[in-house]
This record gives sequence, structure tokens and C-alpha cells, in this order.
Amino acid sequence: MENIRNQTKIFFLRILNIPFAFLMHAIDLIMWPIQKIIGVRNMPYIFLLPNLIFFGLFVIIPLGANFFFSLSSGDELLFAERELPTTKQYDQLFDCESYLNPNTCTEDFFWRGVYNTIFFVVFQVGLMIFFSVLTAVILNKKIIGRGFFRSVFFFPVLLSPVVVGLIWQWILLKNGAFNAIIESYGGDKVSFLTDPSWAMASVIFVSIWAHMGFYTLIVLAGLQAIPPNLYEAAEMDGTSRERIFFRITLPLLMPNLLVVFILASIKGVQTFDEIYVLTGGGPGTSTSLIVQYIFTTGFASSGSVQNFGLAAAASMVLGVVLLFLTLMQLYFSRNKESKHQEI
Amino acid sequence: MNFKFILKAISVALVSFSLTLISAVSFAATDVRIMWYGDGDKENVPIAAQIDEFNAANPDINVILDIVPYDAIMNTLPIQLAAGEGPDIARVTDLGGLNKYYADITPYVADPSYYEKSFGPFLNWYRKPGDTTSIHGFHSTMTVTGPYVNKTLFEQAGVDLLGPGATWEEWAAVSIEVAEKTGTPIPMAWDRSGHRVSGPAISMGAKYFDSNGDPKLVDDGLKAMTQMLYDWHQAGTMSKDLWGSVSGSKYHAPNDWWNAAEVVFMMSGSWQIGRFANEVGDDFDWWAVPAPCGPAACTGMPGGNALLAFNANPAVGKVMDYLSSKEQLSSFIGQVLAIPGHLDLQVDYQTDDPNAKHALNTFAGAVPTIDQVAFDLQAHVDNRIMFNAIISRLGQAIVGEMTMEEAWERMDEDVEKQLKEKYGG
Repeated sequence: MENIRNQTKIFFLRILNIPFAFLMHAIDLIMWPIQKIIGVRNMPYIFLLPNLIFFGLFVIIPLGANFFFSLSSGDELLFAERELPTTKQYDQLFDCESYLNPNTCTEDFFWRGVYNTIFFVVFQVGLMIFFSVLTAVILNKKIIGRGFFRSVFFFPVLLSPVVVGLIWQWILLKNGAFNAIIESYGGDKVSFLTDPSWAMASVIFVSIWAHMGFYTLIVLAGLQAIPPNLYEAAEMDGTSRERIFFRITLPLLMPNLLVVFILASIKGVQTFDEIYVLTGGGPGTSTSLIVQYIFTTGFASSGSVQNFGLAAAASMVLGVVLLFLTLMQLYFSRNKESKHQEI
Repeated sequence: MNFKFILKAISVALVSFSLTLISAVSFAATDVRIMWYGDGDKENVPIAAQIDEFNAANPDINVILDIVPYDAIMNTLPIQLAAGEGPDIARVTDLGGLNKYYADITPYVADPSYYEKSFGPFLNWYRKPGDTTSIHGFHSTMTVTGPYVNKTLFEQAGVDLLGPGATWEEWAAVSIEVAEKTGTPIPMAWDRSGHRVSGPAISMGAKYFDSNGDPKLVDDGLKAMTQMLYDWHQAGTMSKDLWGSVSGSKYHAPNDWWNAAEVVFMMSGSWQIGRFANEVGDDFDWWAVPAPCGPAACTGMPGGNALLAFNANPAVGKVMDYLSSKEQLSSFIGQVLAIPGHLDLQVDYQTDDPNAKHALNTFAGAVPTIDQVAFDLQAHVDNRIMFNAIISRLGQAIVGEMTMEEAWERMDEDVEKQLKEKYGG
């Protein structure tokens, strides 16, 4: 009986296998001559080719086009109609009497974007790491509803940045939910989004709320990878909780925190959509970051000249910053891997 | 069945298939794509009905109406056109700014003289400098900028409305008085738009052009008006929450405050009439009032939107003829409660709202009083560059990122920089 069942199973599997076998033979018909020509050692390049074609088409070529745009001027979109080559866009971007005072720069909006981005990244990343560690440490403990709270903290990560922006706009507007609560307790309304002194703090808060869950998850994974016997040994030695945290938890978490730091910094530098929805970069330019400058200069000029060249030059500068951060990430992650191998 | 027979059968099948394909193609309707932004259903429903009617009467043409947000017209359309794409027709407000993409439909319209007679002064707004004959489209609605007041609040405060000839300072003073007496939070609110600032600036003496007719933005007139706006923001006459709330040249209108009766005096324009009639309803009485005066004039800015062609062919010509006809335009304008861009159009406005009727009369009556500088500015291809420079720099000054002196300097620099980028040099 068992034998018949097995034979039936094999029979059906063979039938199911026919299309795949046919496909593999068809591929073999193409690959065999290629292998003959280029040799077995070079075949991996052939298998990488489809992916490389798409990568080239949608990443490398646009990157090259962006570079050439940054070396051209005019308001035309087509290369043939643009003035080329010129370093005018870079000269314009970096034309400043004092880099510390955007008002002295020809492209003051760009430099305001640079300073706002630096401010945003420093505080957003710093506070996010702090709150991620705090949350992860709490969620790592055996508390009631741990699974529920882990989901709750991760949930905002799943939301679209536009949704995040709109939700918090309704909450933080002068006539929004938060001010209604403040007023009901007899307080005065606060212009969270339209007062320059509040606006940046508001967007940093919203950004942390939206992205913290992802980084909490990374830190949580790091916490769970710490061998429990280290804690047991420390407890047996009568080490205080603070000392355990600073001498065991934090040092062993450091590789994860580095990853969090670099990933959050890259994401922070690229921030655009949720702030654009939340404040539009205002009041004035107080929450306008570099990406918004690029977007506005190149694509959303509302009838002014669409300066593709200047936008491309600014995105090249942004690209250099992101490249630096990515290299840092690669360096630290390789360092971490080699240390693991040594252990 | 021999080989020759199979070959014959295949040939017959191929020929039949090709003939079917050719006939299908030759009888297929010609597509005409219109990119349309509308002020909600108030404008979208009437135009969609007209297009449906046209399609039913013209089976050889298939008009596709793409209803898009205003931002798409301002930001996406220019990029599509620059890339050689874009619709056949679009409803545009940056009338001169896109003129290099307009197609001349003169050979394809039934009667070119109808366009000259009906839309004459506006046709030059679409043409390239030096061109006096091309027909690119027609004015869908004309607009005039000007203020509205919450008449109910004035009555509650026991303050009389000011008449023609009242100055901006006088209107600000009575708006503050009404706000104080009625507990209204915002005496005055303006659309965040350079176009809206320009009428009052011209009233204060702004010229916008030098003696050669080239853009020269900042002069004493513009300084006077922008300084006044700055002062009103600092004094609380205007709320920083509107102008200061966004960045750059982004448009922002105070409609939510207005609808909630939180504003005494609102500077906007005739295109709001239909919207107010729908949204304010019986909540309060609102009136349009004549453009306040400055030392040089008492003017608003003309404007409007036009349906303009980016492809010229018989189908586009036929669609333009249909939509610009007196019958269709009159029906459209009557439903949307706008001022016609047609010079000889009898409109039966479909509203019983006395506020809307009064506002339509006020704005229609304001057209002859529009200053020539305002017409020249509206007709200039680079007017948006000037409008955007005003709004982005004034916005920065209002929130304290720069002084007014710095803002004026930057306004001129912005205009100069953009013109250089556009024309070289």
C-alpha cells in the first residue's frame, strides 16, 4: 500500500516537473553555447547580467544624467538644448561670504537646508537612539502584554510618510486636537507648526514617533543576543543594575547601535515627505531640509524657472554625504563581522 | 492538402487580418486629452457634462478629461511639456510662462476672427513676444483680485462698510475695529500669493518694469505695500499662521478661517464666489468690496485661466470651437459663478444667493478700473518669477529670518538670477 502511494506521488511529481524540465532544457540550449564561448569561470557574469541591466537602467544611467545635468545650465530639460559644460551651478551653490551665515550666500535656501538638515539629523538621531534603547530595554523585560507593546511601537513604521504627516498635522495644528486638550485645561493655544521656535521640535518629534519602532527592533535583537550568563555572573557578584547596563549591556550593544546610528543618519539626511506634508518646510524656511530644496528648485517652482541644473548639483552634494555615511556603515559592519569571526 | 494550398490559406488569413486592422485604425476615434484642474465639483461637473455631450455628438473624436490637482498644472505639466509629452489641451493659469509650448490652432478652428472678437485682449497673454496673430486657445474664466468682508460682523460691530476710494490703511483700521468689537481672532487675511500682493502694490505705486519694459521688481511702491503687510503681521492684524506657515512660494488661502467666520476682511479674488456661495451658505453675509486705494491707483490684478492647445490638429480645433462657443461658455460661466473671459457674453447666473450676485457685480464692475500696469504685469511671460520672489522673501521676513531691507534685496536678486538662468547671460 505504502509502495503504491509512493509511486503515485513520484508519478505526479514527475508530471509537475515536465514544464520545469522543458524550461531548463530551453535555457540550456541558450546557455550551453555561451558557456562554450566564454568558459565556465565567466558564467556568473551572465547570470548577473539581467539584474545589472536593470540596475544600470534605473540607477547608473540616472546617476550619470544627474551628474551631467549638474554641469549644465538653462531651463530646458533635454541635454541637446542645454548649455554644457559649466560649473556655474556648483559656483552658485558654494558662493558664500560666510558659510556660517546663509543670508550671505547666493543660494541661501540651500544653506538653510544644509543647516536645518544638520540640526534635524543630530537631534532626531540622538533622541531616537536614546528612546529606541529605552524602549527596547523595557520591551526585553518580562512585562505583561510584551508582544502587544512590541507591535504597538512598530506599527507607525508601516504607515506611509504622507499619512504620518497628515495625522500629526490634524493633531498639532493651532485648531488641532492637541491644542483643544491644552485649551480644555485652561492653557493657551500653541503654534506647534507655525511658530519657528516650535516647528523644528515638532517635526523631530513626529519623525522619531514614525521611525523609532524599526530601530527599537534592531536594538531588541541586539539585547536578545547578549548571553544571559553574563547577567547571571554579574548578579552573583552583586553588581548594581546601572553598572550592569553601562558595563555589560551598552558595550555589547555597541555594534547594533552603530548600525542604528548610521542607518538613522542616512534616513535623516534623506527626510522629505513627512515634513513637506506637515509644515511645507515652513514657517519661513525653518523646517526646510536639503531634499526639499532639491525638489522645489527642480520640480516645484510654481511657475518660476525650473532649475534642473542647480537641483542636480545640490543632489550631487547630498549624494557625497550619503556615500560617506554608507561607506561608514560598510566599514563598521565589516569590522563587526571580522570580530565575530575572530571570536 | 498540398503545400501550395497551406501557403494560400495563410496568405488569405494575413491579408484579411491586415485589412481588418487597417479599417479598425482608420475608423478609430481620434483621442484629444485635456488636463483640467477645477475648483471642486462646482467646475468639474459642468465641464465633464460638456465633454460627454461633445463626445456623444462627435463619434470620430474621443475627448479624455483628466481632472488633476492645481499643483499638477503648476509643477507637473511644465516638466511633461519640456520632455515632449503632455496633453493636447490644458487649463492653465501661468498663461505666458508656458508660451513656448503652445500650438497655433488657427488653421484648425472654424472661424479665427471669432477668437479675435471674443477674446482679443487675452490672446496676447498667451503669445510669444512679437507674435500678434497666433491662436492658442481661449480664456475659460476671467478673474479679478479683490477683497471680501464678513458683512455680518460689520453689522454686529455697528461699523459701516467703507465705500469706493477707501485706502488700505482705512480698511485695516476698520477691520481691526470690527475684530475687537466682535471678538473675531483675525482682522485681515490674504491669500499667500504674489499675484494677490501685486494689485495693492500697484495701487501704492509699484511699476514692476523699468523704462525698457524689463522686469524691475522692487521700487518704492512695492516697498510700501510689502512693508505694510509685514507691519500688519507683526501687529497681529494678520495672523502669521497663514503666511508664515509654509515655505517658499507655496500658495495658501485662508478659506478655512473665512468659512468659520474667524476673519473680518479677506483679500482674494473673484474665483472664490462660487466656493463661498456653496461653503458659507447662510452662515453669514459676505460682500465683495471695491479694491482699496493707494496713492497711485485703486486696482486689483486681472487674471484667469485659459484652455490652451499643445497640439494642433483638426480634432483639437473642433474641441476648442465647441468649448469656446457662446452657448457652452455661457452655460459653464453661469454654473461656476465666474466672470467671463468672453467680451460679448450674456450669462444667466444660476444662483439665488444675494451675496454671490453682489460679488459678481462688484468684480465685473472692477474690470474697467484695473490699472494698465496690472494688465502689463499679467501679460508678461515672466510675471511668475516676480510673484514668487515677493512671496518667498516676504514670508521669510515675516517669520524673522531676515529684515525687510534684506528681503527687498533678495527679491531683486531672485528675479535677476532666474532670468539669467532662463535667458542665459
